[in-house]
Amino acid sequence: MRPESGGTECWVSGEPVEDANRPVSEFLEFENVSKHYGSIKAVDHVSLTVKQGEFFALLGPSGCGKTTLLRILAGFEQPDTGRVRLGGEDVTDLPPYERKVNTIFQSYALFPHLTVWDNIAYGLKVAKRPKREIKEEVAKMLTLIQMEDQAWKKPDQISGGQKQRVAIARALVNKPRVLLLDEPLAALDLKLRQRMLIELDLIHDEVGITFLYVTHDQGEAMSLSDRIAVMKSGRVEQLGTPEEVYEAPRSSFVAAFIGDTNFFSGVVAEPMEKSHVLSGLLSAAVDKDYSRLKVDGLSDLQCYNDKQIREGEDVYLSIRPEKMRISRERPKAEPHLNALQGEVEDVIYLGSQTKYWVRVGDYRISVIRQHSRFLLDEKPIRWFENVWVSWHADDGFMLEKYSEQDEKLIQLPPEEVGEPVGNNENGPAPTPEGVA
Amino acid sequence: MRPSRVPMVVTWLVIAFFYIPIVILVANSFNSSRFGGSWESTSLKWYIRLMGESDIWNALTNTLIIATIATLASMILGTTAAFALHRFAGSRLQRLHYSVIYTPLVLPEILMGLSMLLFFVELKVQLGLVTITIAHITFCVSYVAMTVLARLQDFDFTIVEASQDLGAGWWTTFWRVLLPMLAPGILAGGLLAFTLSIDDFVISFFVAGPGSTTLPIKIYSMIKYGAPPLINALSTILLVVTFLAVTISHYLTHRGRQTA
Repeated sequence: MRPESGGTECWVSGEPVEDANRPVSEFLEFENVSKHYGSIKAVDHVSLTVKQGEFFALLGPSGCGKTTLLRILAGFEQPDTGRVRLGGEDVTDLPPYERKVNTIFQSYALFPHLTVWDNIAYGLKVAKRPKREIKEEVAKMLTLIQMEDQAWKKPDQISGGQKQRVAIARALVNKPRVLLLDEPLAALDLKLRQRMLIELDLIHDEVGITFLYVTHDQGEAMSLSDRIAVMKSGRVEQLGTPEEVYEAPRSSFVAAFIGDTNFFSGVVAEPMEKSHVLSGLLSAAVDKDYSRLKVDGLSDLQCYNDKQIREGEDVYLSIRPEKMRISRERPKAEPHLNALQGEVEDVIYLGSQTKYWVRVGDYRISVIRQHSRFLLDEKPIRWFENVWVSWHADDGFMLEKYSEQDEKLIQLPPEEVGEPVGNNENGPAPTPEGVA
Repeated sequence: MRPSRVPMVVTWLVIAFFYIPIVILVANSFNSSRFGGSWESTSLKWYIRLMGESDIWNALTNTLIIATIATLASMILGTTAAFALHRFAGSRLQRLHYSVIYTPLVLPEILMGLSMLLFFVELKVQLGLVTITIAHITFCVSYVAMTVLARLQDFDFTIVEASQDLGAGWWTTFWRVLLPMLAPGILAGGLLAFTLSIDDFVISFFVAGPGSTTLPIKIYSMIKYGAPPLINALSTILLVVTFLAVTISHYLTHRGRQTA
């Protein structure tokens, strides 16, 4: 069964607020923060808290306000309303240079006229720390990023990945309370990005500083973060661990933005009655937990209903491709199993798994089959075969309708290099490798 | 098809047209004959004679004083103007500002000289070094502002944010980041201003007063009373200095672009 989705408000603050008399040290808090640019709401009443030492990601399509939120914390933007607190201290009105946070910019923003060494030493020099201490700290950082032998090079003499590491060292040397990362991997090519991903993770483990990571790449967010805030149009759409936002999305926007999913548009019919349940005895107790969904052109589908969605409501039923099974034979009838018959339209073999697109009426259903057994012993399913697609009612979830606006937000080409975000129904979607 | 030779020939003709007079002038400065027509012998006679001409040295001193002050003043004013133009680009006031800064670059010099003369006379300002310096600043500012503005346009301002992010206030950021990054542009603009100021004849001629003769004016008056070989030597020196300044200016602009 899926993890419980919380009440409407509980995810906003993430964790229960600590006792007032206990010191809330090293604790980052956005309280009701809003920021407008003209008539555009970049950030719209956002409240969230980040725990000390946490790797926290702000994830969303371009223009969702994630970068604005980060810039508000860094001090480059002033919020119209709301407060930002860091370690219990209100920093909303502090200028950037008085905040104990450091930023890694998307373009790295290294000082081109300074050497690697001087770039890293910049913050300490500005803080007028003793020379000996500066030398020691910079040397430590150079070791951390493994660039001791490049210390006297200028930024235009080192590679993109090295610039990235210098940017990290330049920020970390100041021992910030929060490290802000603004799409730090967007400018790197795929291979380098994957390597830096691991390095970032290692560095986070090593320094134990809170990371606030802004990205439009769900793969990065999923693989690195302790918790993710999925943002849409200036609001936090959902906050939770990667598992929670993937397995139990709170909206069809989140379901479609993070990973791949299949949507069925339908109307909730009366709850399951005994007559619909095939194995009589077991079912009686759980009946009310399941809803029946009338979908145009398909047989009725069942879905677990934990959201008290009522009869007659228009909903989207969402099922992840890997939760579906594909078979030649009709699956054995069991309670709460949905089964649809269709024709295979596309097959993509990916080694560890195969991705199928199956045509059922108006729907193009994507199914992922993991190969846990030796594949050559079986006769694989091929194009144009008639197959059954089935899934358990527990594995789907009912969400509000997926609006055209959501579609547009997700389809907007990411302004940086990065894999397109998976989408469903039409055409072969990119593989959900980032999600795995 | 064989490439046509016409462009090559035209190019060489144009270069010849531009530079033969200068070559003749330079060559003649080493000619010991009093008249350019015939070649007597190679000598440094005119350069040595030049040393004794105190009038010329006074004029040179005046020119250098004016050029130095005008350059420094226009570097400061021009840079601040460029900042304003860049920072508030698009505002109506700055579009006006841009026109005001840009106009001296296209305005006929004779018009600027004349209008400034009338202006100073109207205010009953004593014509002299001060008036020439002020006049020079008015057009030098434009050149510095344009050079710096060009640099600002491809300047990545996130490094300013990065500096603040790392704990540096405005002043520190200016000294440690902005100024070093823009220095090549400012210097290039300054050198341009310097050469323009040294060269200037028309405007200086209008606003010069007794005792404030600049080198170009001095040369002009020497030609009127006929001392060509001396002028040849002087011009050659001037040529070398100007050439050096322009080369350095070009180098700075170019290098700055690459690292920015």
